[in-house]
Amino acid sequence: MLPAFLPTGLLKYGLRKKYPAFRYIPGPSELKSHYDVVIIGGGGHALACAYYLARNHGITNVCVLERGYLAGGNTARNTAIIRSNYLTPEGVKFYEESLRLYRDLSQDLDFNILYSERGHFTLAHTDAAMRTSRWRAEVNKHLGVDSELIYPDDIAKLCPSLNMSEDVRYPILGALYHPPGSIARHDAVAWGYAARASQMGVEIHQQTGVTGLVIEGGKVKGVETTRGRIGAGQVMQAVAGMTSVVADMAGFKLPIRTIPLQACVSVPLKPFLDQIIVSGSLHVYVSQSSRGELVMGGSTDPYGLYSTRSTLDFKEGLLGHMLELLPMLGEVKILRQWAGMADMTPDFSPVMGLTPVENYYIDSGWGTWGFKATPVCGKTMAYTIANNKPHALIKPFSYERFLTYSQVGEKGAASVGH
Amino acid sequence: MKVMNCPLNGPRNISEFVWGGEVKPMPDETKLSDREWAEYVFLENNTAGVVREWWCHVPTSFWFIAERNTVTDEIVKTYPASEVFKARVDFAPKSERAKP
Ligand SMILES: Cc1cc2nc3c(=O)[nH]c(=O)nc-3n(C[C@H](O)[C@H](O)[C@H](O)COP(=O)(O)OP(=O)(O)OC[C@H]3O[C@@H](n4cnc5c(N)ncnc54)[C@H](O)[C@@H]3O)c2cc1C
Repeated sequence: MLPAFLPTGLLKYGLRKKYPAFRYIPGPSELKSHYDVVIIGGGGHALACAYYLARNHGITNVCVLERGYLAGGNTARNTAIIRSNYLTPEGVKFYEESLRLYRDLSQDLDFNILYSERGHFTLAHTDAAMRTSRWRAEVNKHLGVDSELIYPDDIAKLCPSLNMSEDVRYPILGALYHPPGSIARHDAVAWGYAARASQMGVEIHQQTGVTGLVIEGGKVKGVETTRGRIGAGQVMQAVAGMTSVVADMAGFKLPIRTIPLQACVSVPLKPFLDQIIVSGSLHVYVSQSSRGELVMGGSTDPYGLYSTRSTLDFKEGLLGHMLELLPMLGEVKILRQWAGMADMTPDFSPVMGLTPVENYYIDSGWGTWGFKATPVCGKTMAYTIANNKPHALIKPFSYERFLTYSQVGEKGAASVGH
Repeated sequence: MKVMNCPLNGPRNISEFVWGGEVKPMPDETKLSDREWAEYVFLENNTAGVVREWWCHVPTSFWFIAERNTVTDEIVKTYPASEVFKARVDFAPKSERAKP
């Protein structure tokens, strides 16, 4: 039996003013009438940008406006895969810089983001996939990224749980192996940036949606919000699935379609899967979280939608293929299923940098692959805002590239692999 | 499964269809700069609300038009493309086009 004094002791402790609830960011406050920089959206990208504006450029009169709750968009919904084994030199350099920042991020923010290096395997089941893997490995190695094509005997040694049988619909012929591939705790990344940014003076306002922009003579002057108008020297939007809706307030169109991306997790299992496994041909990927859940997903929904509804079709398609890779999951139950709204570009690269409106910047087109880019987006967008010119790493991702036919085609490396 | 009403085949599972994107009037390519053509090809309205789109019933390769609400996921109506496109579009280069 529990001693009677225990619960009352706890209750007293809880009610005493001496131990106030701990908050990472200050509670709600009034909006000021003007900020040097206003950031629309309160996801990981926006918060990282606010952090680097303050830390690297000393710009602290900044506010982040989030219409819902902090980092409740795709930042809260992604499957947290981090890697840099892309296909184009532009992409590889950019994502590699993000990995470099990620490795030190827990130290940098003094906030444990549970960064965990697992090794990332992109399985190839067809000759075409083998060819793309070899191509990616060569581009990666040339740019100093640890990446190689491996064959079934090595895959079987490195991923003992995988079904390597040839007696399946799509036997495994090889894999692109990327040892630095990692996962991290997505919420912690956002909270870490938010906590440190607000310590340096950045204001974060939740439940504050942006409903319009104040533009005079082609220059942005402020934003209309659900809590009134505020003035701004510079404005950036980082709103993922809502990109086109907010850009429409600024008066320009983008090469972006909003398409749901779904994911799910299993009930927690004992740790058995260290690796991150992706199969482009089977449209599935899986890793095991630190809680033991199998985190699983695939490619985007078959049609565009501004909604986060879940479907049975997705689950059926995903799990049918998953059972081919990991047949022992036959009896395992699904615990949760959800969706996010992905802002998809035709070339599977982002749209970042300056816009047709002066002092208005964009970080978008992050589709299904932007969590891994959170630190580098924050850093390069902060630079772009502070200097009013695009950072060298993001020049290839400008909005202009579509109008000058200079796309950065990453479909081969990003469509299911994220 | 979600059901879509194909103007040719009647109600079918949504997995039999392919999404073709918004219906936008094709400008006269002979009068456009490369940049204007790129705008037509790549830039999207990506509307949150009721949109008019191309869809294809894959087993019969039948392209038609659907009006759909992209926020509520409701299909408002579907109809043959001939209701919108009254004249045949000639895609051949101008020099090779049939004289009217
Ligand atoms: C299921 C799923 C799995 C994914 N898996 C991976 C993965 O494994 N690896 C990877 O790298 N990426 C992955 N991604 C992609 C990744 O999640 C996103 O690219 C990234 O999180 C985008 O971050 P963000 O800060 O730009 O957007 P978000 O986190 O979506 O933040 C945008 C915020 O803007 C707010 N907002 C919108 N409109 C307004 C307005 N008018 N006013 C104010 N605020 C507004 C929204 O409420 C939202 O909180 C995945 C995405 C999904 C959906």
